[in-house]
Amino acid sequence: MIAGEAEVLLEVMDLSMHFSARDGAWGRVRGLVKAVDGISFTIRRGETLGLVGESGCGKSTTARSLLRLLEPTGGRVLFDGVDVLSMDARTLRAFRGRAQIVFQDPFGSLNPRSTAGGMLEEALEVHHLAGDATGRGRRAVELLELVGLRAEHAGRYPHEFSAGQRQRLGIARALSVEPEFIVLDEAVSALDVSVQAQILNLLSDLKADLGLAYLFIAHDLAVVEHLCDRVAVMYLGKIVETGPAERLYRAPRHPYTKALLSAVPSLDAKFESGHERIMLTGDPPSPMNPPSGCVFHPRCSHPKKDEACRRDMPDLADCGEGCFVACIKERSRLGGGA
Amino acid sequence: MDSVTRTEADETLLEVRDLRTYFHTRAGTARAVDGVSLRVERGESLGLVGESGCGKTMTALSVMALVPSPPGEVLPGSSIRFKGEELVGAAEARLRRMRGNEVSMIFQEPMTSLNPVHSVGSQVVEALRLHRGLRGREAAAAAVELFAEVRLPDPEVRFGEYPHQLSGGMRQRVMIAMALSCKPQLLIADEPTTALDVTTQAQILDLLSDLRQRRSMAVLLISHDLGVVSAFCDRVSVMYAGQIVEEGSAEEVFHHPRHPYTQGLLASLPGRHSRGTRLPVIPGVAPSPTLWPHGCRFHERCPLVMDRCAKDAPDLLPVAGSDRTARCWLESPESAAAREDTRA
Ligand SMILES: Nc1ncnc2c1ncn2[C@@H]1O[C@H](COP(=O)(O)OP(=O)(O)OP(=O)(O)O)[C@@H](O)[C@H]1O
Ligand SMILES: Nc1ncnc2c1ncn2[C@@H]1O[C@H](COP(=O)(O)OP(=O)(O)O)[C@@H](O)[C@H]1O
Ligand code: SF4
Ligand code: SF4
Ligand SMILES: [Mg+2]
Ligand SMILES: [Mg+2]
Repeated sequence: MIAGEAEVLLEVMDLSMHFSARDGAWGRVRGLVKAVDGISFTIRRGETLGLVGESGCGKSTTARSLLRLLEPTGGRVLFDGVDVLSMDARTLRAFRGRAQIVFQDPFGSLNPRSTAGGMLEEALEVHHLAGDATGRGRRAVELLELVGLRAEHAGRYPHEFSAGQRQRLGIARALSVEPEFIVLDEAVSALDVSVQAQILNLLSDLKADLGLAYLFIAHDLAVVEHLCDRVAVMYLGKIVETGPAERLYRAPRHPYTKALLSAVPSLDAKFESGHERIMLTGDPPSPMNPPSGCVFHPRCSHPKKDEACRRDMPDLADCGEGCFVACIKERSRLGGGA
Repeated sequence: MDSVTRTEADETLLEVRDLRTYFHTRAGTARAVDGVSLRVERGESLGLVGESGCGKTMTALSVMALVPSPPGEVLPGSSIRFKGEELVGAAEARLRRMRGNEVSMIFQEPMTSLNPVHSVGSQVVEALRLHRGLRGREAAAAAVELFAEVRLPDPEVRFGEYPHQLSGGMRQRVMIAMALSCKPQLLIADEPTTALDVTTQAQILDLLSDLRQRRSMAVLLISHDLGVVSAFCDRVSVMYAGQIVEEGSAEEVFHHPRHPYTQGLLASLPGRHSRGTRLPVIPGVAPSPTLWPHGCRFHERCPLVMDRCAKDAPDLLPVAGSDRTARCWLESPESAAAREDTRA
């Protein structure tokens, strides 16, 4: 795979984002929410990393922290070798031109009083792209066409688009500044399958044509399997397993990954024999009072789960084939790491 | 008595025929539901699938006689029979009895259907008072029992909690408990798991199938998630542009779809098989209910479109050699005969 040989574009090291939870805006601090708790990963040029996990596990906070839309409380982020967390205002603006984010509901982030064309032209102007006003107008139309919209859409306001079209507009705006990296935070989650398929194709095309790298956050595991080169599975602020998508889906190792994958209702599951269903009980615990030891132990059904799981905090250990797993029992079984 | 029971048991639980629910708006008449026919047998689970705006929720609300009116209107000529009894045009008291005792619905937005200022326990108690006339300690005990039945952890503790104190999965369990308070024979669940994580979704679907079996309750499950419907339902009706376009057993419809729209939907699902490839897409966009296309409503997007498709609207036609139906001219006897010819 080309991505395997490409240079590292984004390197996230031991990133943490701890919020202090208060009673009301100015109230007493009740505790610390460890929304993101020491996670590390890399993304190469032209590579797509999927980030999956239950809601509240810290996916969006990870995305916002590494783009410095939030100021993380710990760790390092290198983008193209430069430390993002120590960038001054000017370097940060240049970084924002190279790293973009698209949210689930672009409606909230699109200015309702600006036409599709106007919005794109403004982004181009801020980043000194596409020359003069005529150049920017031409480029705006090109961008609309790139995402499968048409020139006549330039004069329309956000509310005059369908959900799928608005999502395309969100992507067009992210692309307008010619980024090398885009975070897609549940960007296709609210779309109907037929529209979703169009957006997924668009993302693949842009990756192939422009060599874009993506951090693709989604709760739909089938979409992630379709699109991503590698996948990281998050649970309660930590990455519990990561590896090449093909490998991770075929042979998940962490008990949480297994449960997550087995919960997906696939079209074939009911009619296939041997589809093993692992039902997770309860909800994920609160990130304010995470369990001791392995954070997954209260819900884990690993046959070898024991006292050690309650006591020892497993690190991500190398299991070969590019896979890393944070489980004491899986590690000893494979004889790697430890 | 004996003979009555037998005929009752043979009767279809819910039979909807040629349902039309229109909305009269300034922009014109939105023909949201435009000739829907479907049936749910006793104890059966029927899936209603289709993309956003195709009319799934309005079909369900029509059955519940809860269409906001005005602007909405269930047109004369529509028929909704519950155990053989016509409900279109029935007296409000009869409809209230139906909603209280026979049919329950879980709505698409659980947060908006629960009252934020009352504890979830008191809301279920209120439902039990309305539907079963239970009061005081008896009602409270029945509510806790329902909470246990929907597998809420620590039902006594949950009883006193408010909706915002519960997770999304727990709120959905409370909604299900409320829906069960009247011992319904038919439960309509509108996107009951769409807002939930896959892990919680699996728990809720598991709970629903368990309840269905234990209470011999029929379920009409509305979802745009084909995987969910395939896992849960016996039969499925596929909706497009205000109409049912294909109907049959879940296995047949999902594994051998007949209608070009169903085929397109299934083909555009991403997954293992599609890694590294472009997904086949249905061209164009879904039409608007104020302006359904003439002829077959799918003809502008159909890869198999024929001359007559733009002019004549096909009915739901039986699919030869199975007990399925599809709203497509390809199922007409002439087309079937032509296929035989080319094969010969
Ligand atoms: N009050 C109303 N006035 C006008 N049109 C309406 C009204 N309520 C619903 N509609 C229209 O009726 C059609 C069917 O709506 P419905 O809610 O049944 O869709 P749905 O299939 O449930 O979609 P979703 O999957 O998004 O929930 C839509 O096109 C919708 O815009
Ligand atoms: N500003 C904040 N203050 C306190 N807690 C927060 C804040 N933002 C997020 N959190 C908490 O951090 C955790 C992770 O949230 P998030 O990153 O949004 O999860 P995800 O995107 O995976 O659903 C959650 O428990 C959430 O409630
Ligand atoms: S470390 Fe123990 S509790 Fe944690 S996932 Fe592994 S077996 Fe389960
Ligand atoms: S009737 Fe014609 S246009 Fe409609 S689905 Fe069948 S082949 Fe396609
Ligand atoms: Mg999020
Ligand atoms: Mg709906």
